[in-house]
Amino acid sequence: MLATSRNFKANAELGLANATLQRALAKAQTGFPLRRRLAVERLPEFEALREEGRAIKDHTLAHLDFYLELFEQRVIAAGGKVHWARTADEACAVILQICRAVGARTVTKGKSMVAEEIGLNEHLAANGIAAIETDLGEYIIQLRREPPSHIIAPAIHLVKEQIADTFRAEHRELPSERPLAEARQLCDEARKVLRPRFLAADVGITGANFLIAETGSSVIVTNEGNGDLTQTLPRVHIVLASLEKLVPTFEDAATLLRLLARSATGQEFSSYTTLSTGPRRAGDLDGPEQYHVVLLDNGRSALLGGEFQDMLRCIRCAACLNHCPVYAAVGGHAYGWVYPGPMGAVLTPSLIGIAAAGHLPNASTFCGRCESVCPMKIPLPKLMRHWREREFAAKLAPRTVRGGLKIWAFLARRPALYHALAELASRALGWAGRERGRFRSLPLATGWTLVRDMPAPEGRSFHSLWAARRRAAR
Amino acid sequence: MSEARAQILSGIRRALRRGPVDPATAAELRARVAAHRRNLIPARAAALGHAERVALFVAMAEEVQATVARVSSAAAVPDAVARYLSGENLPAELIAAPDPRLEAIPWHRRPLLRIRRGRAEADDAVSLTPCFAAIAETGTLMLISGAQTPTTLNFLPDTHIVVLHEDQIVATYEDAWDRLRAHAEAIGGLPRTVNFITGPSRTGDIEQRIELGAHGPRRLHIVVVADRCGAGDGEEREGG
Repeated sequence: MLATSRNFKANAELGLANATLQRALAKAQTGFPLRRRLAVERLPEFEALREEGRAIKDHTLAHLDFYLELFEQRVIAAGGKVHWARTADEACAVILQICRAVGARTVTKGKSMVAEEIGLNEHLAANGIAAIETDLGEYIIQLRREPPSHIIAPAIHLVKEQIADTFRAEHRELPSERPLAEARQLCDEARKVLRPRFLAADVGITGANFLIAETGSSVIVTNEGNGDLTQTLPRVHIVLASLEKLVPTFEDAATLLRLLARSATGQEFSSYTTLSTGPRRAGDLDGPEQYHVVLLDNGRSALLGGEFQDMLRCIRCAACLNHCPVYAAVGGHAYGWVYPGPMGAVLTPSLIGIAAAGHLPNASTFCGRCESVCPMKIPLPKLMRHWREREFAAKLAPRTVRGGLKIWAFLARRPALYHALAELASRALGWAGRERGRFRSLPLATGWTLVRDMPAPEGRSFHSLWAARRRAAR
Repeated sequence: MSEARAQILSGIRRALRRGPVDPATAAELRARVAAHRRNLIPARAAALGHAERVALFVAMAEEVQATVARVSSAAAVPDAVARYLSGENLPAELIAAPDPRLEAIPWHRRPLLRIRRGRAEADDAVSLTPCFAAIAETGTLMLISGAQTPTTLNFLPDTHIVVLHEDQIVATYEDAWDRLRAHAEAIGGLPRTVNFITGPSRTGDIEQRIELGAHGPRRLHIVVVADRCGAGDGEEREGG
């Protein structure tokens, strides 16, 4: 997928000005956090599970090469195949090769962010194979030729009237006067239209929420059942998964599963959690004849052992998106690539580079809600700060920001000068604003004062009050 | 592609600033996998006796819009199934798993129920399956694939009816998985697929409004039988 993250500011302004988007986002803001909170309150062990989840992932990442090799052995023992892909291009190429080997014409897909990351649909389409998204949200945005705006609710930026318009425009074989005002009717229509697609597909491609080294199994978690139809009906099942999805045992996966649904949708457990191990067995009446796992690196191995390794614990629950005030204001498309919100602000520069990911690590107020709800305890604000440091060091931040920071750093290292100037500035501002008590606009801060007034300083500065207090205490 | 494999593995080792894991560590890791120790188990279901465990399973399953009928014995299942179908205005026509546990049920008591056995096809409206285990913690059913239990039955039809025996209800996912490990040993490996099913299919993709029956079954009906399961993978009646 082509990144437009560099244009975050312009994208964000478009999002803020889009009344329909704001209507859609308003509905999302209350639902997800409330449901998550209720689910967490109901499980007294939730905090302890977070600690264990973090430890499981840290252990796996520290021995990732061992567990990958063990996983590969077990997949082969179960009759499946493992393919290793360093880059998006390699992953696309191997998937195309598998599809061609069976003469595939159509492919059904379960929702996979990794497939978005490697631009799989475009690659297959360019080679004459139609890939049909089957998750309802993904199907809707595929019809609209839009990227997903949320990692678990890809069409969260749309209201139902827009979806109805899309269905009318795309499902032209259906009677034009049919009612489509309700979500129920839209769901039923998608179910009806997609059912023959499921049955006709030659290959089914899914992602994986986890890969279990012990058994060579891939795990998918869904609510719709589309992933299961995708991997049960066609002759070939391809699992596309990035390296860090690995866990050692079923027991380890169970701990993470207890965290995943509660953090994501606030469910106790998603409707369907499915483990797949190899192809159809002798005597089985259904299931794919071939089972392939494509293991994708695409920059992840380079994050190991460094300051961004914590990000590889991410289980893609989207709790950080659902609790982020910036995401809630601008929506997912503003982030300009596959992964939006706080996890995207860290992961995007990790995978496509800070030069292309531009402002994303700055798209945060550092309020810390993302870290506080992250089931894997990823220190997202700290990681964003590391990216800001790298952005500054690489001279990628705007000139004014770099200049301002340099002046501030100069003063911060000279406390006496800093205090004197701060005292002077606050007196000057206090004097200038003595009549109104506030400023409508300030030089160098017009962006800030555009939407709020700056109160004029009153009385003495914090520093002088603090010094007086210290003196009095002595 | 083997070049990619070698490069990815060496890249991981370089990033972690070490070579391949040394033999001692490798032995430890293999032992960790072989032991598959349980992590923290929530108390919710772990300490319950048989009756409370069954009650928790039923309550959790109903909370996610599964429907539950409790019957005293396998002999009462045909009546319960027929009653459910007529209550929902569904045809008395079933596609059933060709499974001995279901064959053992006296279906002749309800001669109007038409039962075909096999995998599900596109037009099948109602399926009937056994299950391998059920998990009280979240009201979850565990179904496994096999020659007698095709997976299509769990996903293609609009309505899925599951016959569950009380002694198949365990507390946690780990308990169910232990039973599966024992079963896998007996049949020479894991089944192709294991489905944990918690309520009927649903989606919240349109304005976060939950709608049932997105692609999988709209209705999940569980007939809980009080006597022991015919296939005999059951354990003691009084747990906890």
